[in-house]
Amino acid sequence: MGLGRYIFRRFILSAFVVVGVTFLVFVAAQVVPSDPAALYAGPRPSAEQIEKARAELHLEASLPERFIRFGKAMATGDFGVSYKSRRLISQDLAAFLPATLELAAFSTFLALLIGIPAGAFAAARRGGWLDRMGGLASIAAVAMPAFFLAMLLQFVFAKWLGVLPLSGRMSREIAISAPLAPVTGFALIDALLSRRFDAFGDALAHLILPALTLAAYPAGIAMRLTRSAMIEILERRHILAARALGLSGRRILFGHALPNAVGPALTVLGLSFAFALTGAVLVEIIFAWPGLGRYVSEAILSKDFPVIAAATLVVTLCYVAMNLVLDLAQALIDPRVTLK
Amino acid sequence: MRGLHQRLGWPGAVSLALILIAFGMALLAPWVAPFPDQGAGAPSIATKFLPPSADHLLGTDHLGRDMVSRVIYGARVSLSSGLLIVAFSLLIGLPVGVLAGYFGGWLDEGLMRITDVFLAFPALLLAVLMAAALGPGLLNSIVAVAVTWWPWYARMARAEVLALRGQPYVEAAQLMGVGHPRIILRHILPAAVRPLSVQAALDVGPALLTASALSFLGLGVLPPTADWGQMVDAGRKFFPERWWYSAAPGMAVFILALAFSVLGDALRDRAGGRRDGSA
Repeated sequence: MGLGRYIFRRFILSAFVVVGVTFLVFVAAQVVPSDPAALYAGPRPSAEQIEKARAELHLEASLPERFIRFGKAMATGDFGVSYKSRRLISQDLAAFLPATLELAAFSTFLALLIGIPAGAFAAARRGGWLDRMGGLASIAAVAMPAFFLAMLLQFVFAKWLGVLPLSGRMSREIAISAPLAPVTGFALIDALLSRRFDAFGDALAHLILPALTLAAYPAGIAMRLTRSAMIEILERRHILAARALGLSGRRILFGHALPNAVGPALTVLGLSFAFALTGAVLVEIIFAWPGLGRYVSEAILSKDFPVIAAATLVVTLCYVAMNLVLDLAQALIDPRVTLK
Repeated sequence: MRGLHQRLGWPGAVSLALILIAFGMALLAPWVAPFPDQGAGAPSIATKFLPPSADHLLGTDHLGRDMVSRVIYGARVSLSSGLLIVAFSLLIGLPVGVLAGYFGGWLDEGLMRITDVFLAFPALLLAVLMAAALGPGLLNSIVAVAVTWWPWYARMARAEVLALRGQPYVEAAQLMGVGHPRIILRHILPAAVRPLSVQAALDVGPALLTASALSFLGLGVLPPTADWGQMVDAGRKFFPERWWYSAAPGMAVFILALAFSVLGDALRDRAGGRRDGSA
């Protein structure tokens, strides 16, 4: 299969997946809850209110008709109103999405920053203490429930050592007395744009614990993947040649071997970002992080179904788009991909 | 005969022992738990929030219930949800994968594109969506996780069947005019089930981890039934002053999931061909 055909096929598949994902969310949102109208009408509704809600939600229409209406609404960003707050869901999403994306991006950065060098060193010194410790840590990271790790980190770094803030996204002093101008919605970038280095440090300090929680699992995976890729590469001939030429160990490791292990790094990038987006549902509520995850977990408690559906759909579409981009990037870097 | 630790290595053998102990405790909870009635949910306000001591090794919760008993009773929910998630997923995934792999063509294309849609979701989020749609409860949360889980088995089963379909004995059966149902049931399924069942046994750990995440979010069993994820969440309100409340069930999830993951690695090492990073 040529590159062009591969890209074309990948786009068609993604389009199919987008329709399918929308359909699944539609089924869960519109069909499964016992009576959406009763939920929509608010607490203890009268028969009249339910009738009115039924008409407003177009529940009398046929299922295909309702699905098309739902798809159109989602495509235009009309996610409806929250049952609980009666606010426009699209506005809430716009307010909360940047916080979650910032957290996900930073935790992905941490996962690669920790996992890849650790994996490279572990491969260079196989069987050494770093290799053994890393192996243990990466197994533990897979088994650790994110919600429990979050609380452990809070206990150690915020309560016990007192070096990092317990929760939140900004200190109260900064958030209230001198708030940042929201340009991008990303606190770190906004702080840099307005040259507020105090706010930058504060935002970074708040970011570390939740990001570390979300980075633990992908860092473990990154370490394992880098390690096994590096072990294979270190046995190849060009490494042997470099050694024979008398290049230093570090130069061989990082200059000649590591660049060949980019494939795994790309895989981890996608995996890590996805893990952070979903883990946010568990972690944000513990760290009082004002993002999509907390929005969803609060919506679960109040049975606010349109919110859950809209947030699921938005995050899933981000995820599908990211996978598409990563696959295309991999196809461009490594021509073998298109042969599959 | 060689000892278990020689075949699995010490970490693997210890993990297997831990898992068996957990199963034993779950089955025998009413007899093993020091305070069975409290484990089952009966409050005992007089002993509220006692820190760990000789009487209550893991302390007591906000209703005075012994945490050791609660954790033992919680093992019932965690293990059974782990097992049932995997069982339900096999029940859907295996037929889908076998049919797609055996018949190929448009059926294969159709079924695999449907699994692609399910795989396109970040798994936990789809489980949250489904559990929220179905409402809380043990069975609903199990179904919700199984919805995200079966596509993996469908893919595995399909790959197995694709490899088996070209085997001479299957082709011989086809040439002899044996019907498709019989070939699938007698010649393909038994050979395809083996590798899948090993994978499924090891998936119980990740499955119970996911189930505990749902119950942490309030989508699992309802109190007073003991459940680890829900207990961690309940203890969050009193954290970190009464740290033992969240720590006991949190450690229980971690240790059990760790045991499954270490045992899985040990079995894979034994089978040869380590599959690094196959999470």
